[in-house]
Amino acid sequence: MTSNNLVYLIALPLFSSGFLMMLGRRADKWGHIFATLISASAFGIGAFEFLQMLARPSESRAVTQKLFSWISVGTFQVDASLLLDQLSISFVLLITGVGTLIHIYSIAYMSHDLDRRRFFAFLNFFIAAMLLLVLGDSYLNLYVGWEGVGLASYLLIGFWNQKPEYATAAKKAFIANRVGDVGLSLAIMIAFATFGTVSFAGVEEKVSGASTAALTGIGLMLLLAATGKSAQFPLQSWLGDAMAGPTPVSALIHAATMVTAGVYLITRSNFIFDNAPTAQLCVVIIGAITLMFGALIGTAKDDIKKALAASTMSQIGYMILATGLGPVGYAFAIMHLLTHGFFKAGMFLGAGSVMHGMDDEVNMRKYGGLGKLMPITAITFGLGYLAIIGVPPFAGFYSKDKIIETAFNSEGIKGLFIGGAALLGALVTAFYMTRVIILTFTGAKRWDEKAHPHESPFLMWGPMAILAIGSVASGFLLSSGNRFVSWLAPVVNSHEVEHAERFQPVVVTTMALVAVLIGVAIAIAKYRSDVPRVAPTNVNIFTKIARRDLLQDDFNEAVLMRPGQALTNFLVATDERAIDGAVRTVGAVVIGSSKGIRKTQNGFVRSYALLILFGAFALLATIWVVTL
Amino acid sequence: MNYLTSLGALPLLGALLIFTLPKSKSNSAKWLALATSIAVAFLGVLIALRFEIDRPGFQFVENYSWIPSFGINYSLGIDGIALVLILMSVILVPIVIVAGWHESEGGRWGSKTFYILILILETMMIGVFAATDVFLFYVFFEAMLVPVYFLIGGYGVGERAAAAVKFLLYSLFGGLLMLAAIIGIYVISGHQGGHTFDIEKLSQLTIDSTTQNFLFLGFFIAFAIKAPLWPLHTWLPDAAKSATPGTSVLLLGVLDKVGTFGMIRYCIKLFPESSKTFTPIIIVLALISILYGAFLAIGQKDIKGLIAFTSISHFGFITMGIFAMTTQGHSGATLYMVNHGFSTAALFLVAGWISKRRGSSTIADFGGLQRVTPVLAWTFFIAGLSSLALPGLSSFVSEFLVLVGTYTRYPVAAVIGTLGIVLAALYILIPVQKALHGPITPGNENLTDITRRERIAIAPVIAVIIFLGFYPKPLLDVINPASVATLTAAGFSDPAPTVGGK
Amino acid sequence: MNSANYLYLSAMLFTIGAVGVVIRRNAIVVFMCIELMLNAANLAFVTFARINGTLDGQIIAFFTMVVAACEVVVGLAIIVTIFRSRRSTSVDDASLLKR
Repeated sequence: MTSNNLVYLIALPLFSSGFLMMLGRRADKWGHIFATLISASAFGIGAFEFLQMLARPSESRAVTQKLFSWISVGTFQVDASLLLDQLSISFVLLITGVGTLIHIYSIAYMSHDLDRRRFFAFLNFFIAAMLLLVLGDSYLNLYVGWEGVGLASYLLIGFWNQKPEYATAAKKAFIANRVGDVGLSLAIMIAFATFGTVSFAGVEEKVSGASTAALTGIGLMLLLAATGKSAQFPLQSWLGDAMAGPTPVSALIHAATMVTAGVYLITRSNFIFDNAPTAQLCVVIIGAITLMFGALIGTAKDDIKKALAASTMSQIGYMILATGLGPVGYAFAIMHLLTHGFFKAGMFLGAGSVMHGMDDEVNMRKYGGLGKLMPITAITFGLGYLAIIGVPPFAGFYSKDKIIETAFNSEGIKGLFIGGAALLGALVTAFYMTRVIILTFTGAKRWDEKAHPHESPFLMWGPMAILAIGSVASGFLLSSGNRFVSWLAPVVNSHEVEHAERFQPVVVTTMALVAVLIGVAIAIAKYRSDVPRVAPTNVNIFTKIARRDLLQDDFNEAVLMRPGQALTNFLVATDERAIDGAVRTVGAVVIGSSKGIRKTQNGFVRSYALLILFGAFALLATIWVVTL
Repeated sequence: MNYLTSLGALPLLGALLIFTLPKSKSNSAKWLALATSIAVAFLGVLIALRFEIDRPGFQFVENYSWIPSFGINYSLGIDGIALVLILMSVILVPIVIVAGWHESEGGRWGSKTFYILILILETMMIGVFAATDVFLFYVFFEAMLVPVYFLIGGYGVGERAAAAVKFLLYSLFGGLLMLAAIIGIYVISGHQGGHTFDIEKLSQLTIDSTTQNFLFLGFFIAFAIKAPLWPLHTWLPDAAKSATPGTSVLLLGVLDKVGTFGMIRYCIKLFPESSKTFTPIIIVLALISILYGAFLAIGQKDIKGLIAFTSISHFGFITMGIFAMTTQGHSGATLYMVNHGFSTAALFLVAGWISKRRGSSTIADFGGLQRVTPVLAWTFFIAGLSSLALPGLSSFVSEFLVLVGTYTRYPVAAVIGTLGIVLAALYILIPVQKALHGPITPGNENLTDITRRERIAIAPVIAVIIFLGFYPKPLLDVINPASVATLTAAGFSDPAPTVGGK
Repeated sequence: MNSANYLYLSAMLFTIGAVGVVIRRNAIVVFMCIELMLNAANLAFVTFARINGTLDGQIIAFFTMVVAACEVVVGLAIIVTIFRSRRSTSVDDASLLKR
């Protein structure tokens, strides 16, 4: 089926973004409202398409729209065309829905910023790029959106780039993403060399004929791409620094949507991963490592946004883990992605609300007792908290529990390991999220005298409330009657395979709940008493390492940055001394020898005559020798 | 109508008119030069519109006997590759004139001479792409050096004389080798059916492999100097640092393309066997250029030097695409030539403007420009993004085509080349951060933002960059048949996909 | 008479001329020495013509004489001009070419 509306989803916000940038200061007065309306209308189109899709039978729900032939050289044919199926509509609704809420929130949050119009232009640009990412019908179209969101993320992280460290954070994010993009580029190249096409449908059609080596290559490269965009190990280090961006950005891009693009990519490429077990195993391992990695960093962060960022990293680790579990996992990954989109965005907005009331203070050690002064923020944040740690019946319970269960039930010894990691992750998650709650909303107040905490205006708490509702209800709505799994089934080719289950669902759920309880209990025990305003320094080595983000930056600096700089300096010196030096040496030799020869030109006629005489003799002698 | 001759003669006519102007009227010289170059651009577009995409071989062919006793003809003709390069050249010249409206002031000679040189250079650029007689090509190839030498040496900054001489000597050295090779192939043609310099006839010759290798190298080294390929690149940064921004645009944007154009038109067409023989070495050199240029760009302190080294990296991509010998590689490389012309133009022009305002081209002297001169800063940023091949901007399409085309034949080379995109992000974002972001460096507070004239000059460039990123089809449609023709004539065909190859 | 003797004479004259050009400073003397060398060459040409029984050598000798005459005209003019400007005919004084 084809549709003519899809292009407007992308074109509207893209146009709006360019429009607001071109108009400059002239649009300052109304730019934010314009951008919000555009975002809302994109949501409208998305909802319209969704309703139409619901009306069709499940096998003919996908719609396409071919715009124009983009690149066409020999057999390399890529059309700019869009594909909206059950998977992409889920993302479209999340992106435009949460996106619109965050637009509304930002109107108030950014009201004191002189460059608010520019901020909204960037937000709209992000929406456009992200929609292109999920709507593109080929890897190359996806790539355009993929880098587009990277650029949007760069611009928004560096929105206050007059501060050098923020500008550095933006650059770091872009470059880490670029490393991932190398993976995506290579995956596309291998796909083209193998299949002669780069469209999803084309590759899926021919996938059975490809060698496992090629598929594994594509799979690993796609995984590299996903680690870059989704802040997975080993390219995770940019996400914490990315919190330099305004908080709504952290909520939208670095929690709800962009960082989940890796999950989308792997789910979209299910036909490749399902045929490349090695790549799939790597996906699981990366997911498991990252979910622990993020959770451990989360326990040590005093910056509320960085704690949430670490949690995002960890939660996406869950999703990546789930995508590596084969056909059964994809739906749970996407489901967790959606519920996570609600509760994490909600919590980030809550954090923004707290910062808004606390003069942009982010250190949780200087919060305390804010629950009474900011009741709405506290409640919405609390609902998100209950959702993330996985308390029934909140959203996170349904999605995370399923992932843990599927992990435990995967084959062989692998299942025990990853299931254990996921379970342990749940415990740590419960610990650090409880810590955030306690430090921020309960206990004694530890803030400065100057601070006047107050509840945020309606424009801010409205979106938070809506997201909180999502955090409560979305899990149940999506999972009741296996609704989402069967919705997504045509895309991910999952068929109900009942294999021997190691653990009954009820056992896993019980274990998960016990883990959560333990985590919460430890946190309460540890932070019940007074919390020092300055982080204690006499802590053990593990805490120190965790505070330094498990040495991720130290590692990158020692292994990549310093050698890279040394190499650059070496090459610059080489270029000047060796290569250009060789050229200059040739020049110097020519100049030197001509100086030597010039000495014979002394201006005395008689010496010239003598030279001529010698020359004549030499000539005669030569002739004589030659004819001899 | 002799379109190509008219196109080439028009700038020369303009130069002549400027020459007759009295010395005091330097302003009317500018306007006259601008009017001429715009007229040339229109004629160029007209030619492009009349170009028949599906017709094989050269079009707009003109053929007159020039020196009959040596079989030298004045023969012109263009295929798709030459067409897009000519089109790029004639569009860039008026932009350069508008952008560098005051560049000619403060030179060793007056503005009149400056514009005469620019217009003569335009004639040479058109001629070098349009020539189908090897001797005629050589004449244009060498004669082009003269105006550039004077433009760098007479109007540049810093050690302009030394840079101009370096440029000239490097190029003459390459030209000499090429001349020897041209004479060689001319002699061989004499043994096989009569002396000729006609490219089509020369490509029919059968040459034994040793001779062919030597002749190939003669041509290739000349082109490798022009397009700077590592390690023959050291003239470029010096020249780019010394030349005025406008001259740099023409130098890197157009002149250097003669090298890569020559590789396609002469090296591969005349010596297909040797091209095959030397491909591994050339691919390695291209890879070194990509990475080396990128690292050197990262290490530059001077913004113009940085742009020069990024170009060396980009020329590495172009050369790799050409010698991958696939349609994707060839079309990508040709498209890359055009895209690089425009994105380098944008970078150089904006860098020139901000350097002029600041009175320095050292990156460290800038800082916080996004708050002081937002429009200039954004323009520079977009140009930079195009240089790092961001999807949606023009360079991406070409860079990706080059990589894909290379991968199908030389996977390892493509994988290594792809690392260049990370380095590209570094060499663009580091100067962007230093120059545009951060707090405002003292001394920059009162810089003025873009003027109306500068807006007029840069707008078309940015428009082209964005348009070709989304819709490269018009150019690709023109380039593809020429790429296929070159490869088929040289006996190459694209590797088939491993699954379901038809 | 043996024709070779003429050649010996020619060689001697040439040597005298060459030595004179190299060691004498006076431009006029140098000039005369050059004439001597030219005439030595002429003698050799004529001798060879005689030996070979052809006229070629004699024809060349005429050429040489014409060239010598031209050279005398130009050379003496230069010497006179130099003498006028610097009151000296020493060839070592006229070393301006060095710079």
